[in-house]
Amino acid sequence: MKKETKGKVVSYNKWGYIFLIPFVTVYVIFQLIPLGSTIINSFFENYRSGLMQVGPNFVGLDNFIKLFSSGDIWVYTANTLIMWVMGFVPQILVSLLLGAWFSDTRLRLKGQRFFKTVIYLPNLIMASAFSMLFFALFSDAGPINDILITIGVLDEPFKFFSHTWSTRTLVAFMNFVMWFGNTTILLMAGMMGIDTSLFEAAEVDGATASQVFFKITLPLLKPILIYVMITSLIGGLQMFDVPQILTNGTGEPMRSSMTLIMYLNKHLFSKNYGMGGALSVFLFVITGILSLIVFKFTGTGESND
Amino acid sequence: MGDNRNDDLDKGIGIKARRAIAYIVLAVISFFCLIWFYILLINATRSNGELTRGFTPIPSTYLFINWQNLLAGTLPIINGLVNSLIVSICSAALSTYFSCMTAYAIHAYDFKFRKAIFTFILAVMMIPSQVTALGFLQLVDGMGLTNSFIPLIIPSIAAPATFYYLKQYMASNLPLSIIEAARIDGSGEFRTFNTIMLPMMKPAMAVQAIFTFVSSWNNYFTPALILQDDKKKTLPILIAQLRSADFLKFDMGQVYVMIAFSIFPVVIVYLLLSKHIVQGVAVGSVKG
Amino acid sequence: MKKRVLSVLLTTALAASMLTACGGSSSASSSVSSDGKVLNIYCWNEEFKTRLTDHYPGYEAIDGTTGKIGEVTVKWNIKPNENNAYQNNLDETLLKQKDAAADDKIDLFLVEADYALKYVDTDYTVAVKDLGVTDADLANQYQYTKDIVTDSKGVLKGVSWQGCPGAMFYSREAAKEIFGTDDPAAIQEYVKDWDTFTATAADVAAAGYKMVSSVNDTYRVYSNNVTSKWVVDGKINIDDNIMNWVEDSKAMVDAGQAGTHDLWSTDWSAGFYPDGKVFCYFGPAWLINFSMAADTEGSIGYNGGWGATEGPQGFYWGGTWICGANGTDNADLIKDIMLKMTTDAELMKGIVIKDDDFVNNKPAMEAMAADTSYSSKILGGQNPLAMYCAGAEKIDLSNCSAYDQGCNEEFQKAMKNYFEGNATLEEAKELFYKGVTEKYPELTY
Repeated sequence: MKKETKGKVVSYNKWGYIFLIPFVTVYVIFQLIPLGSTIINSFFENYRSGLMQVGPNFVGLDNFIKLFSSGDIWVYTANTLIMWVMGFVPQILVSLLLGAWFSDTRLRLKGQRFFKTVIYLPNLIMASAFSMLFFALFSDAGPINDILITIGVLDEPFKFFSHTWSTRTLVAFMNFVMWFGNTTILLMAGMMGIDTSLFEAAEVDGATASQVFFKITLPLLKPILIYVMITSLIGGLQMFDVPQILTNGTGEPMRSSMTLIMYLNKHLFSKNYGMGGALSVFLFVITGILSLIVFKFTGTGESND
Repeated sequence: MGDNRNDDLDKGIGIKARRAIAYIVLAVISFFCLIWFYILLINATRSNGELTRGFTPIPSTYLFINWQNLLAGTLPIINGLVNSLIVSICSAALSTYFSCMTAYAIHAYDFKFRKAIFTFILAVMMIPSQVTALGFLQLVDGMGLTNSFIPLIIPSIAAPATFYYLKQYMASNLPLSIIEAARIDGSGEFRTFNTIMLPMMKPAMAVQAIFTFVSSWNNYFTPALILQDDKKKTLPILIAQLRSADFLKFDMGQVYVMIAFSIFPVVIVYLLLSKHIVQGVAVGSVKG
Repeated sequence: MKKRVLSVLLTTALAASMLTACGGSSSASSSVSSDGKVLNIYCWNEEFKTRLTDHYPGYEAIDGTTGKIGEVTVKWNIKPNENNAYQNNLDETLLKQKDAAADDKIDLFLVEADYALKYVDTDYTVAVKDLGVTDADLANQYQYTKDIVTDSKGVLKGVSWQGCPGAMFYSREAAKEIFGTDDPAAIQEYVKDWDTFTATAADVAAAGYKMVSSVNDTYRVYSNNVTSKWVVDGKINIDDNIMNWVEDSKAMVDAGQAGTHDLWSTDWSAGFYPDGKVFCYFGPAWLINFSMAADTEGSIGYNGGWGATEGPQGFYWGGTWICGANGTDNADLIKDIMLKMTTDAELMKGIVIKDDDFVNNKPAMEAMAADTSYSSKILGGQNPLAMYCAGAEKIDLSNCSAYDQGCNEEFQKAMKNYFEGNATLEEAKELFYKGVTEKYPELTY
């Protein structure tokens, strides 16, 4: 009898593999194989010139040399990071503030549900539609210029998309509007998780709200803050839809808003698989390193078993 | 807890002042979240002629006419809507069901490579899909699946982030004893998963279904590379085409209507389900 | 073992994708038939669709992207031209043409002067002769419209219904306000060459108008009067006259006489309305009818408020050629469309009257130019045909290359940075080279 049960347990566990089949199959076919062929492609000269196919010819590391020798890749990396920072810093500050207010039991804000609903709303909007909307609103003859002229702030239309910093600011601002709600809710959840007795003790000791925030909340929130920061950074490296549509793929002015993925898209679009492959490998390495950092900091994995 | 008298003892800025500041800041922030929708709505109701004359906060009467002009144009937006719905609904369904299955495999069974596989999935969770886009594109091309929805739907079966969320939920809400009980009742493993396990996972699955739906609905990068045939395109691609559309004859009224058309369905669904969604974000992404 | 399976999978996947990429490049002579049920048309805007709907006998529109001619269903595949999107899509489909199902094969596609050569000089286009259109049928067409679509072996591969001599369209209202007259001959004196044009621009600006909406408006006028090609022996080459455009444009932008908007953008098109305060646009006949919002109430065109004159230099812009695709199963229908649309004098006159286009039929155009009963409503009663006829005779397409669209777009895009002060001329040029080599990796500079 006992033996039989044991045999059954073993056979149950075989179901673990069976249930993994769909995931593994799909992952291998649609992720691993493409990853492999992307890497292989990076070593070949392979592009389409009009109706004529050039390559694939093995060229070793030529694509990588070309990619790095012009220095453009660093410019686009810098652009991506600059626009990410410009969006992320206000995002984390506002989110911390709102999170602290929402979770502050003494403040007892009314209409919390309404505010949470509203701030999360922009996250659901199609980035392409949002960008198209911003492009229309901020164009030379668009409503924003119009309003600014009517109320006397400007004398003539400000060309938002002809200046490096206004373009970058718009991109960063859109990313901020789209993501701060999400961050707020994450941080709030973290703040709610803090043992309330700590706050009570602080209150008894007569600490002010800001003292509580800086001495208790912030230090205890560190792991979540790091998690938020790194996931946001990885999301930031993928920045594409917003600047792509806002600048119509040009990254103007002078490619100061051209992100890494926009650059990749350029190569994919003109079917230059060699250069596209090299660029992908570069991105893969960067995100790989960041993922490892996340992994180490948050310790996901071990503690969940 | 909730002791009113403590408020008066507060040493910092008075609680009433702080509350007032909080409301003002929240109002300003809400304004910046909502104003865009308002301008969009207003502009969608105005004709191109009116739009060139500048912005007014009062709606006009051209909403229906703009809509009709849009329908009469070459952009097949109704197709776009249907395509977006097909892709998003299928992705959401497959992604949640199979991620649940994967999570269940890791959660309920103890096998040799369990830990290795779990670690692997977590490791790849952060790798953006754009990195493999090139090889993905060649693969899709080689399989003859250009212009097909399959390469947009099937890959969602392997969704590490969805898996991770569901696995977390299972860890705290699905005691293994229930599975044991089912086994004693003679329920097969697959049946246990489908009839006992899935119903218990409903709340978490709903949240993930919505997330997957939204991200699939909004996805632009991959579909834009795979779908070339106008009738197969999803809404974000059609929107992006507006940006370089010489054939719309510059009718901004149509542009605004089209943007509104692709945004508001999601907004409405969101408002109906907002409670679950906002809670869901908090539950899933942070380790308890 | 696992590793080996994976690597085998990888290599097969790669090989498979490369095979498909290479396939189709070795198609031989043309093969056409005429039993198809679906006519697939590839183009980049609605112009040809409108022309067919309005003028081709028996065409019925079903919805925005389908129509019917007799038993044959017409499917429109419209993809914007910008950023080579149309060409890339067309390339992709043409490369698969051999293996496509009969009803999915491209039957007919349109090309522009900027890249006509790219398709004409391949086996993807069918010789017009093979469709049954004879030289005699085409005798009345302007020679230049044939030259550009003749391949290196001397075979004619396409036909066009329009001629695209350019003109300068000015706002009559603005002209009256600034110069006290809106007579084309008088206005021509103010813009007869570039020096006069630039001097006039200052007066126009002083009166609160922009001379042109964007400096990109005058681009074609310069770029059509070049003496060398964009690409010489695989090397990118910037002609002196293009640099003249840069110099003149920079001056105009700095003096506030012109904007820097992209063509086709909303800001560019603002001048189609009186409030936009733009003095003139440059373009061929199709621009004024097709693009200048002539059917929108309140626009200058709607009220017949434009005048046309030659401007500082002759030029042409665009032009659409109809090509039959190799492998089509609707050869007879294509032949009929070609004949009706590009050689039927009565039908073509109809296009002139209804759409203000300039059609590719020399005797018919010369007759109408002399006919005092014809006048253009949009042009406030002017008959511009004599001017177009003279322009069409002068069009010279000998400096076209297959890279023109990419080069023109990237050049204008890059120089915008220079005009707006975001880059020095050298930096802007560098950006141009970069952009072109990304689009055409085989080129050097």
